[in-house]
Amino acid sequence: MTYLLLFAEFFKIGLLAVGGGLVTLPFLFDLAEKYPWFDVKTLTDMVAISESTPGPLGVNMATYAGFSAAGIGGGIVATLGLVLPSLLIIVLLAKVLQKYRNHPLLQRIFYFIRPAVVALILAAGWQLAKLAVFDVKTAFICVLMFAAIHYFKRSPILYICLGAVLGIVLKL
Amino acid sequence: MKIYWQLFWTFFKIGLFTFGGGYAMLPLLRDEVVRKRAWAKDDDLMDYYSLGQCTPGIISINVATFVGYNLAKKCGAVAATLGIVTPSVIVITLIAAVLNQFMENAYVTHAFEGIRLVVVALIADMLLELGKKNICDYKSGGIFAAALILTIFGGWSPAMVVLAALALGLIPFRRMIK
Repeated sequence: MTYLLLFAEFFKIGLLAVGGGLVTLPFLFDLAEKYPWFDVKTLTDMVAISESTPGPLGVNMATYAGFSAAGIGGGIVATLGLVLPSLLIIVLLAKVLQKYRNHPLLQRIFYFIRPAVVALILAAGWQLAKLAVFDVKTAFICVLMFAAIHYFKRSPILYICLGAVLGIVLKL
Repeated sequence: MKIYWQLFWTFFKIGLFTFGGGYAMLPLLRDEVVRKRAWAKDDDLMDYYSLGQCTPGIISINVATFVGYNLAKKCGAVAATLGIVTPSVIVITLIAAVLNQFMENAYVTHAFEGIRLVVVALIADMLLELGKKNICDYKSGGIFAAALILTIFGGWSPAMVVLAALALGLIPFRRMIK
């Protein structure tokens, strides 16, 4: 029964939360009040863990909340509930997009949207930079990393592993 | 069958090395999907990302579904989506069982500080290229500046910014559409 409830609740969140992973947070607060699955205090831990573990934030939080409610099965059910609305809606949208991809109106709309998306990424990157770069040492490493990425163009995974090692070695 | 495994495995890797929100996933996505596999172009990714911002659901899932569908229809969409959520499910389940020790471990916090710095650098590098490609005249420059100001100072949500740009695109200034 809990599985069914979890699936339904997270399906609802997937359907109603528009945007990044943090958008799911208010919905999770709501769940904490409605069900005995987890409390509001656990939620703050959940955000911290979800921010700093692999995987998209929203998915991590869903897995975590589901796990708190009903163990391993709960985590899986909540995650599937969260992604199902995306799957249904995007598949429909992708079909339409494939058909009208070269329509001049659509081309024009995307010509307008793309610079705005660059601005959105910049704003998000800036938020993250404020969090990550807090002294001369971190600023120096960040610039160094940028130079390495820019000139050597290796896989991002390599740099992420390198960052983790540097963080431990330099005690950032 | 092979393409589904490739999709699953590619998005599994992306999920495993994405730390944070959907924007942190973009440099990885570009590297795997655009550079290595040539499954999509930069422009496609930008479009998926913008649509993912203003459709229901988590952005990273929406983008994964888009790429998967365009490559191998419905089953491709499912394979890509399952790929990106599987690492989360495994890692979070493991961590939830030993919650406190994980967050209080000094090595873990140091490692994540280092990772955050790299993510910032990766995003900066990507922005340079995407900026060069998409901000090429006064009009696109104006949209970029307006979107930036509205996001940072106006407190607009990303979805609102994308929808505003979309509305702007619909206005036929010079009758580009006959």
